[in-house]
Amino acid sequence: MYQSLKEIQKLSGHTDQVWCVSWSPSGTLLASCGGDKTIRIWGKEGDSWVCKSVLTDAHTRTIRAVAWSPCGQYLAAASFDATTSVWSRKSGEFECLATLEGHENEVKCVGWACTGNLLATCARDKSVWIWEVTADEEFECASVLSTHTQDVKYVKWHPTSELLASCSYDDTVRLYREASDDWESCAMLKGHSSTVWSVDFDKDGHRLVSAGADASLKIWQEYEPGNTEGVSTPDNISVWKCVCTLGGHHERPVYSVSWCALSGRIATASGDDSLCVYQEMPAEDAKNAPKFDIAVRQRGAHSEDVNCVSWNPVEEGLLASCSDDGSIKVWQVQKE
Amino acid sequence: MLFVIYSKKDLIRVINDPEHPLTLEELNVVVESNIKVDDDKNNVYVEFVPTIPHCSMATLIGLSIRVKLLRSLPPRFKVDVKIAPGTHESELAVNKQLADKERVAAALENFHLLELVNQCLSKRATG
Repeated sequence: MYQSLKEIQKLSGHTDQVWCVSWSPSGTLLASCGGDKTIRIWGKEGDSWVCKSVLTDAHTRTIRAVAWSPCGQYLAAASFDATTSVWSRKSGEFECLATLEGHENEVKCVGWACTGNLLATCARDKSVWIWEVTADEEFECASVLSTHTQDVKYVKWHPTSELLASCSYDDTVRLYREASDDWESCAMLKGHSSTVWSVDFDKDGHRLVSAGADASLKIWQEYEPGNTEGVSTPDNISVWKCVCTLGGHHERPVYSVSWCALSGRIATASGDDSLCVYQEMPAEDAKNAPKFDIAVRQRGAHSEDVNCVSWNPVEEGLLASCSDDGSIKVWQVQKE
Repeated sequence: MLFVIYSKKDLIRVINDPEHPLTLEELNVVVESNIKVDDDKNNVYVEFVPTIPHCSMATLIGLSIRVKLLRSLPPRFKVDVKIAPGTHESELAVNKQLADKERVAAALENFHLLELVNQCLSKRATG
């Protein structure tokens, strides 16, 4: 099934490389950040996307990632200056609510749990921090997880439960959950041959996709205790197994992967300047041996490395990407 | 194409060694046969040979080469800088670090490290 990407609009404004784009939960706003130490908020006016606000002065170094809370009222930003800022837009304007300190060096990523009560950050200091959001909008460190042996690149929460995934320069993905009193690492997913840059869950959260510097994607399936396949689950904890590896489409590291909850499509962004979209195909045993086909290979999507790609959570087929070339692009998948 | 190779060689040959009063070319850290350019595919590949197999400056030298190329080349080029196989005991670790664009970006925001890189890239009085 061949599809294509139609470039809807190119958004210019950042004065340095753009590292991350993130859609608000309602899909109406897009936040971006990058080397120019600013966060830009984009919204639609009429038929076009325009820059609604520029958030400055919160960070002294690159802003690596931005993430919206599930309610859409808060935005968190992770920076190389070792801090994470949290912004509120309850008053109508974005105001910096808190600056989370604790990491020893560059914070690489930040993410909100589905409940909105927890925040996770990760850094080059090899740790993942879990923060509790209190009723009076304060943030308290609930746990410091130091299971990765290298730089932690990315964190992503499960879509419906308080399960966290992280991935690292140590080539692994780890999963964490709260056990009785403290957080613990409950799974290590090993398979990539180099840095894992990004992960994402599917709609239900029983599958995870990971992507990395080895230019490949891996799909991991959860096997819960008592699964019919007979996969053993020691300690009564789910086991995650790689059920599919996709390679040969990107020529350089894959920096970002996004799994669309609406369509089930997977989008990837790479250092080879291209975007790819994968579509799941009917398979005899879709759980244990799923099949994915490449639906779009958009070469030269940007003129330099593409750092991030993200599906709009509401409008099916709408995609945002950003690049070292300083631009952001909005795309629409078209069936042919 | 040839022009690109030669001009690039000129770019790299003037990088100073962080520990010696010599350039990388004079120390045979970078030799012309270890620079590959594919102008059509926008790829530049450089291998360098650290002066000794346990050279503690290997990462800094690689970073300086990378920075010099990033600053000098059109942005369409993909730059890969690696240690020549078998010439350094931490070859894989250094190569992985040099290939990590995020770490390179972060390093270049580190004032102290940037100063060291700039020293390697500054013109040294000859004589």
